[in-house]
Amino acid sequence: MKHFAQLIKTLDSTNKTNVKVQALAEYFKIASDTDKVWTIAILSHRRPPRPVNTTLLRAWASELANIPLWLFEESYHIVGDLAETIALVIPVDPSSTDKSLTQFLEEMIALKKKPDDEKKVYLYENWEVLDYYERFVFTKLITGSFRIGVSQKLMTRALAKATEIDEDILAYKLMGNWNPDKITFQELILEDNESDYLSKPYPFYLAYAIENEVNDLGDVEDWSAEHKWDGIRSQVILRNDEIFVWSRGEELVTDKYPEFHEFIGVIPNGTVIDGEILPFPKGQIGTFNDLQKRIGRKTVSKNLLAKVPVILKAYDLLEWKGKDIRDKAFIERREILENLFREIRNLDGPIIDKSNNLVEVKKEALESTNSEQLKAFTSEKKVAVKGASNEKLVSNAVKIPFYLSETIHFSSWEEAAKERERSREVHSEGLMLKRKDSPYLVGRKKGDWWKWKVDPLTIDAVLTYAMRGHGRRSNLFTDYTFALWDEKEDGEKELVTFAKAYSGLTDAEFRKVDNWIKKNTLERFGPVRSVTPHHVFEIGFEGIALSSRHKSGVATRFPRILRWRKDKKIEEANALSDLKDLIPSKLTE
Amino acid sequence: MKKPLLEFTDKGIYCSAAKVYLDPWKPVDKAIISHGHADHSRWGHSQYITHHRNVPIISHRLGDINVTGKEWGERFTINNVIFSLHPAGHIIASSQIRVEHKGEVWVFTGDYKTENDGISEPYEVVKCDTFITECTFGLPAFKWTPQKEVFEDINKWWAENRSEKKTSVLFGYSLGKAQRLLKYLDTDIGKIYTHGAIENMTEVLRPLVDFPETTLITRDTKKEELLGNVVLAPPSAHGSPWIRKMVPYVTASASGWMTFRGARRRRAIDKGFVLSDHCDWDGLLESIRATGAEKIICTHGYSDIFSKYLREQGYDARTEQTQYGEEEDAGLQETTTA
Repeated sequence: MKHFAQLIKTLDSTNKTNVKVQALAEYFKIASDTDKVWTIAILSHRRPPRPVNTTLLRAWASELANIPLWLFEESYHIVGDLAETIALVIPVDPSSTDKSLTQFLEEMIALKKKPDDEKKVYLYENWEVLDYYERFVFTKLITGSFRIGVSQKLMTRALAKATEIDEDILAYKLMGNWNPDKITFQELILEDNESDYLSKPYPFYLAYAIENEVNDLGDVEDWSAEHKWDGIRSQVILRNDEIFVWSRGEELVTDKYPEFHEFIGVIPNGTVIDGEILPFPKGQIGTFNDLQKRIGRKTVSKNLLAKVPVILKAYDLLEWKGKDIRDKAFIERREILENLFREIRNLDGPIIDKSNNLVEVKKEALESTNSEQLKAFTSEKKVAVKGASNEKLVSNAVKIPFYLSETIHFSSWEEAAKERERSREVHSEGLMLKRKDSPYLVGRKKGDWWKWKVDPLTIDAVLTYAMRGHGRRSNLFTDYTFALWDEKEDGEKELVTFAKAYSGLTDAEFRKVDNWIKKNTLERFGPVRSVTPHHVFEIGFEGIALSSRHKSGVATRFPRILRWRKDKKIEEANALSDLKDLIPSKLTE
Repeated sequence: MKKPLLEFTDKGIYCSAAKVYLDPWKPVDKAIISHGHADHSRWGHSQYITHHRNVPIISHRLGDINVTGKEWGERFTINNVIFSLHPAGHIIASSQIRVEHKGEVWVFTGDYKTENDGISEPYEVVKCDTFITECTFGLPAFKWTPQKEVFEDINKWWAENRSEKKTSVLFGYSLGKAQRLLKYLDTDIGKIYTHGAIENMTEVLRPLVDFPETTLITRDTKKEELLGNVVLAPPSAHGSPWIRKMVPYVTASASGWMTFRGARRRRAIDKGFVLSDHCDWDGLLESIRATGAEKIICTHGYSDIFSKYLREQGYDARTEQTQYGEEEDAGLQETTTA
């Protein structure tokens, strides 16, 4: 544990990537094999399940520190990290322990099943014998992930350095489901093992936002364009008559989206699709707000399933007939994907053929980029269903929620720019530009793929509440709530809260605002302060939708501060009605 | 109702019986000053009274002022109110201000710390009825390690950087922390260079304390001569063009705020040493207990939380707003006091 704690301390105490890689590589060279596996697991967010809930942790830590619980909570709020708070308040004890990281983790796994009083004894014993930093690391292992600026990519690079195994191969080995308690370093890293191949996804290829003018990308004909859909990027794997759905955060989410089970037997085994999970209420692409209702639900009720069904909009094909095809050119992969899509649709071909004009509609929809047409397509299908003779067969075929993210042909960048302007209407975040001959790379890489998002929506709002930040901002008021003007029935104007934002200002600006907040606090509600309405900020956000959960009646997506409008008085801030005007008209119907 | 001996007004802490302010933040006629930090000794008062060792410090900072120096424990009377200054241990010549009138005793701490740092006159317990205490670090998360251990770490860090042929840049505010660091840097490792703000203040203090030799960094200072040596700089120098001369360098900050991992990262500093000129949690509680005071008034710092805790412990404790530690609150803490 000493060794591991020292590693974490080193990683935490530098901002330099090279130093981090070096520290990790050195650790990987000398740590025991089991400690190595656990370190990889921890740094790739594969902690064992939390053995003690945080309520108990707080209660016990405050008891051991001999302080009231409320004082512990206040301290926690200021420190910003539970494990760090616990490590700080527990009294210092001169004793020490030589237990290894593996030993601690094995104990934590066993601890989960023990009664509370044994858990408490275990924590007290260990909190006391560990030094400050070890205690922090130990508690972190119990509470959550380490946010120490070590991405999986960085860790993989260090591992590659230590083992001299290719980084991309390692990235692949580390994907998916593996149990650090069962697997050896030999099996995980050194051996070629086919056993867990079944569920294993490929590392996602991620794009950076476009840096310069789009014209700088060269000939528009070299690029394939499609909408950047606003859902959950995911990989759908069909192998051995099983389906696995992975989110970009490398979380296995198969059970959350039971709709996709229908792919089995329709999409052939040995297929891996890169796509976007999108909400599809009322037969059309919904907003991210709709999808929120599905995210985080482990079990999905029938009601919810009917209300917010999801579809997969396919971007790319990574594996075909059991073969990794990531090295093929993007357009070659797309061709196979599109053929697959056509084939699947042909399954319901005969049924559609029974109706009069649907074959044509289908073709149009395939090539179309317009969600209106897509809507027409789906509603037409409903008509077809009604008129069909074999209703069961029809509905089964129609239900397969598999769609293509249509590529769009542009003859000029101006044309592309026009399409990008329409993004919000079709519920996309902008365009994705992919070089036609690009292979499917690993991780975030520049050059072949670019995100070309639409400019954010903006509104000028008044700062009304502030809260201390967390973590590195725990001494500053950096989490702000913003409000817009609303006219009441009697004609009085009042400020109505509409969004929270905590990024977008420079450190110097945050300090200025923080200083002002402390001098202009009206009331304190625990950690939250209301402040005199005085400052106007330009708030940017990506999406907007009506919401009954928000006081303002509007939910914004990714709100953040764009500018401090020192030039504006609060009377010049926008009204709630201005915000509502930004909602695409389709949604307000 | 009888007026309290000390009141919190919009100009500062006021003794109406003596018509004297303690560490006022707006210009007044007569001010008793606890110590030389900018939030306690402000410009513009007609008359300053402070410890005589603080006279050169505030004169250096405020220029030509009308100032009277007092000895430790020297009792001076203004309108039948008896005042005296007692060591606060915060920085060199920092005082607590004792105020006595008709048998009632109040003590105002200014800023203070209980650990003897070897250069400030050590904190003295002063018995009183009402204790006005700072609580900059009034949270149980703050617990200091003895400075001897911290300085061992600092010197080890310097030696390591030297072996890697890097310059060590150590941030500490120019009055107090910088001299405390200077005093304990191990000159066997290398030379100590200073930023102008620190060099000037140290010059003022040299007659009072024996400090190691320092070299001011000037335009003519060669980059090569800095390599492997240590540079003492105020926190405001971080990220300034001035610091580019030190490349390749490693930065560290010595402050109580370095307790929080987030504080160091926030400032993009490579290393944080927890070293404060204020009391930690236990230091505050022990001092309060030792004064025997029943009434506690908490000024700057985590005052709401701290006074609530004191009330639970049976004290008659409350919070008063002051303008001390303002810079601390604003997240610029190291620039003045910490």
